[in-house]
Amino acid sequence: MSALVEARGLAVKQGPREVLRDVDFSIAPGEIVTVVGPNGSGKSTLLRALVGALKPSRGSVVRQRGLRLGYVPQGLRMDATLPITVSRFLDLPHRNSAEARATALNEAGAGDLAGRQMSALSGGQFQRVLLARALLNTPQILILDEPTTGLDQPAQAQFYLRIEDLRDRLGCAVLMVSHELHVVMSASDRVICLNGHVCCEGHPEVVAQAEEYRALFGSGTKGALALYRHEHSHHHDHDHAHDHTHDHAAGENCDAG
Amino acid sequence: MLDDFLVRAALAAVGVALAAAPLGVFVVWRRMAYFGDATSHAAILGVALALALSVPIFAGTLIVSLLVAFGVAQLSGRGYGADMVLGVVAHAALALGLVAASLLPGPRLNLEAYLFGDILAVSRSDLAVIWGGGALVAALIGWRWQALLTATVSPDLAAASGLNPERERVVLMLALALVVAVALKVVGALLIGALLIIPAAAARPLSTTPEGMLAGTAAVGVVSALGGLWAAWTFDTPAGPSVVCAAAVLFAVAALARALRG
Repeated sequence: MSALVEARGLAVKQGPREVLRDVDFSIAPGEIVTVVGPNGSGKSTLLRALVGALKPSRGSVVRQRGLRLGYVPQGLRMDATLPITVSRFLDLPHRNSAEARATALNEAGAGDLAGRQMSALSGGQFQRVLLARALLNTPQILILDEPTTGLDQPAQAQFYLRIEDLRDRLGCAVLMVSHELHVVMSASDRVICLNGHVCCEGHPEVVAQAEEYRALFGSGTKGALALYRHEHSHHHDHDHAHDHTHDHAAGENCDAG
Repeated sequence: MLDDFLVRAALAAVGVALAAAPLGVFVVWRRMAYFGDATSHAAILGVALALALSVPIFAGTLIVSLLVAFGVAQLSGRGYGADMVLGVVAHAALALGLVAASLLPGPRLNLEAYLFGDILAVSRSDLAVIWGGGALVAALIGWRWQALLTATVSPDLAAASGLNPERERVVLMLALALVVAVALKVVGALLIGALLIIPAAAARPLSTTPEGMLAGTAAVGVVSALGGLWAAWTFDTPAGPSVVCAAAVLFAVAALARALRG
């Protein structure tokens, strides 16, 4: 089974700082992979490097030839100086038939938004339109960067159900970054715990038990709060986890498990 | 009825308005207003250098504007705030141009024509440059339209679609330098930025799509060009500033219309 997207020894610099280093990653067709990690751990950077928006400072990213990729970036906002309807937005950069646009909007639960101005949408509507755009041209992989930002909890749950449903029907792989650990973990085939490098990865339950993961998020994985609560103490913990995984023994254990 | 020089002036003003429209919308959408100012102020330096080296003024302004555009792009994002870099470059380029022009040998150069334009002195060859340059800008932006729009909405989305946002930025800088070189004779270095921004700003409240806003910008530009020229002829006012005043009036009307509509 060939990987849709693969990174080898990936490092990315932002300014002088190396935000990511030594990342090996690959995702297979139909797989759902979630990236978790504290703020500033390079989650978005990893996704942006994988879609080609950032250049690796070392290592390589290889996307399958002719890969159809749907991407939902993080925190995109539409400048109010640009008048653009949802329909017109879906036609960037490639024009689509009215039928294809309507199908994508319906799939994303945004069927009634076609004629609206992008800058007038609410946060949830905006995210659904971004998902609709990502769904055009039947993607082989969806790459979603915190796609539920700005949604309330029921809407978040609904969003992830929709993603799973789409995966089942379209057979596309899904790679996403999320803060909603408890929701995301159960829906994922594989979880990658990131903190500048891959701390550990594997089946959700295995990762949740892994020492590196607990060092970052504490022993409770009951939702996003755990993450925020440990944010401050994390800097301490980080150094520990860092030294720890440098000998790679712990990381490998986690992989194998 | 219309003297020949007035016809040429009208053609020049309309040509510049049409050349500025496709770039003006992107300057507004991408918040490059200062960028347009910095590049156009640098044109004075281009004029001085062109006269010193005896090369055509069009070439001089084009090259200096391009250098400034790329220089600013290189500097910003390296620990310097973009608006700070632009503030430094815009004023430094203007001051340097004025100093350089005063150092030129021979009779003192009348800079007013380059600072504020000299539309009534437009020659046939100027017209050729304006319409040729304008056609080039339109072709360049028309060719890259979809990619430019995508990169404007989000560079990351553009990259994920296999486009190179960096290349689209270069396309815009090329177009900007061209517009500056083309518009210098008509409105002058100080007011080129106004010609880029005001028509697009006036068209914004009346538009629902990017293409609609482009059409509105071109229309506002042409009406301002002809209206400003008429005012200049009627009230004996300077032509370039009159064109910009006409555009500002149209902007005020559009803004008022939106406010009244709620």
